[in-house]
Amino acid sequence: MPRTLRYREAIREAMIEEMERDANVFLMGEEVGHYQGAYKVSEGMLEKFGAKRVVDTPIAESGFAGIGVGAAMVGLRPIIEFMTWNFSAVAFDQILNNAAKVRQMSGGQFTCPIVFRGPNASARQVGSQHSHAMEHFYATIPGVKVIAPAFPADAKGLMKAAIRDDNPVLVMESETLYSFKGEVPDDQDVIPFGKATIPRAGTDVTIVAYSRMTHVALDAAAALAKEGIEAEVIDLRSLRPLDEDTIIRSVQKTHRCVVVHEGWPYGGVGAEIADRVQRLAFDSLDAPILRVTSLDVPMPYNATLEQMCIPQAPRVVAAVKRVVARTSSFTPSGN
Amino acid sequence: MTTPEFHPFLETDPDIALFRVLRDDGSTDPATDPHMPDATLKRAYREMRRLRILDARMIVLQRQGRVGFYGAAHGQEAVPIATGLLTQKDDWVYQALREQSVMLVRGFPLEKFVAQIFGNSGDVLKGRQMPSHPSGREVNHVSWSSCIGPQLTHAVGTAWSMKIKKQKAVSIGFCGDGATSQGDFHNAMNFAAVFKAPCVLVCQNNQWSISVPTARQTITKTIALKARAYGMPGIRVDGNDILAVYKVMGEAMKRAREGDGPSFIEAFTYRMGAHSTSDDPTRYRSNDEVEAWAKKDPLDRLRRHMVHKKLLTDAQDKALEEELTAEVAAAVTAVEALPPPPRESLLEDVYAEMPWHLKEQLLELQNAPPAPGHGG
Repeated sequence: MPRTLRYREAIREAMIEEMERDANVFLMGEEVGHYQGAYKVSEGMLEKFGAKRVVDTPIAESGFAGIGVGAAMVGLRPIIEFMTWNFSAVAFDQILNNAAKVRQMSGGQFTCPIVFRGPNASARQVGSQHSHAMEHFYATIPGVKVIAPAFPADAKGLMKAAIRDDNPVLVMESETLYSFKGEVPDDQDVIPFGKATIPRAGTDVTIVAYSRMTHVALDAAAALAKEGIEAEVIDLRSLRPLDEDTIIRSVQKTHRCVVVHEGWPYGGVGAEIADRVQRLAFDSLDAPILRVTSLDVPMPYNATLEQMCIPQAPRVVAAVKRVVARTSSFTPSGN
Repeated sequence: MTTPEFHPFLETDPDIALFRVLRDDGSTDPATDPHMPDATLKRAYREMRRLRILDARMIVLQRQGRVGFYGAAHGQEAVPIATGLLTQKDDWVYQALREQSVMLVRGFPLEKFVAQIFGNSGDVLKGRQMPSHPSGREVNHVSWSSCIGPQLTHAVGTAWSMKIKKQKAVSIGFCGDGATSQGDFHNAMNFAAVFKAPCVLVCQNNQWSISVPTARQTITKTIALKARAYGMPGIRVDGNDILAVYKVMGEAMKRAREGDGPSFIEAFTYRMGAHSTSDDPTRYRSNDEVEAWAKKDPLDRLRRHMVHKKLLTDAQDKALEEELTAEVAAAVTAVEALPPPPRESLLEDVYAEMPWHLKEQLLELQNAPPAPGHGG
């Protein structure tokens, strides 16, 4: 019997099950213990596992990221929670130069099985320093894996896989998805990385998205269907490794591609996908690949301006209509 | 009759004092002498002597264009050698730029060590790390981070992990005086103290961070006194006095091993040579200063002590120098002839398992013409 779980509960269940399974797994971060997590993801875990395995830290992301790297190198399996991925900016060196490179720089002598996780991208009116889509920075780094689930079942299965993985894995959650409910199978086991899903099949255009933008893409697809345009929505789930096969097969069928993600339009995951599609499915394309991204500005606080900045279903609909009409005059915002 | 044991951490003021054992004439202060066994003293001298010869040889190789870079420990040999002599098998060491010799003292073979400097197929790091950034799993030795400081947090994380697993091992993290300005110095000191991690954090204060003197890194009178703000014992030790370092380091490691938490050591010393082979120190510091410190050379001071204790004669010293010079030369000869790492290795170890896109890159690489100078 599948149960209905919130996204945060799915993440929590994954951590609890893996901590029960392996005594080397522990959770560390700011407010993860007594406060039960800034977003209540770790609720009840301190009581269940004690302060040695659910560890409240001083406020120092670069500090506890480094502590985690040092612990992972000698056999523990840390789950490092960033209160939000925005704050990982001060720990970037630990991820880029240490976690991601330890195995390679040591000639394979040392491993770094570590999970960094937390909410990513926009929330609601928290301003530019709390709204970054950090996955674009991290997905460029060889040595790490980056996942961004959109649904509770995927969040649980991918989180379990992340904890068991022998590489550093960065899990991009979403504050605006934490209360989202979805069915999770009782026997939900690990979901392998690098496998996208197709939550809505279609024939006229491929919309590639991940994390919360998958839901925006599905809203857009529903609106397009009313106008007779059948969009296929791909939920990537995993950004590195990237399931390019599913994207290419879909584009070969639909001949059009729109990529939707939060974050700025310069470079990033959308540009990466556009490169692969033009390279691997050039002959199938009937229109330019378009990207619907956040505007190329720091995120504003004002609610109306903020929603203008973040990709919305109507913008996705507009982009799809442009590629379906096979005109190339549209320029994505911010370019 | 036994004299009461001297506890340097309790009786030496980190604000101003400098803990010393060796006197200028080669005798020791009986109140502070750690009474190292003769065999340990001989081993210490041999290791310091070899390191001095090895460093000089590597700098020549770099000047000749045979290796890419080198950072020598000249003048700072006492700290890494004493550390290597005191560590136990399960302990971990996170070096900074000038403590790579700890791994040699702990049994890492010289040829493998030299192979890392050449970065060829004899190198356990497979030619991936610049010289003076070695790692050796077989002796629990981990490289530092070029960003200066992050290795201190790793040392603390490793120590904390050992505490969680109830292992009786100790983790030692090194930095220089410049690194004390970095955020990760603060991170490591604070986390070590808050988590009561079984570690020893050591700053080799050699008074120069490339061209910037310590006075431009911090205006505290000593670096040792910073430990007080973190709630851990701190001590300033004469870093050119291997007996003093041995005493202080031994006590700090004992504290960590017995569950009494971290300690901080400032080893006050001097960088006799350039920062690295990329540096020319005559542009920013006086020759008088260098000559004054040459009189405090840690190897000379230990030699005077060995002679004082009748453990070494001039003839023995000369024979030892010849033996160690030959050992280093033989290692260089054996290693330099080795080919580069196989080009297939370029794609290895990025992930635990090679992902498909790297397998594709490997095929592309195998079908591409070999890089210049690469036979494979």
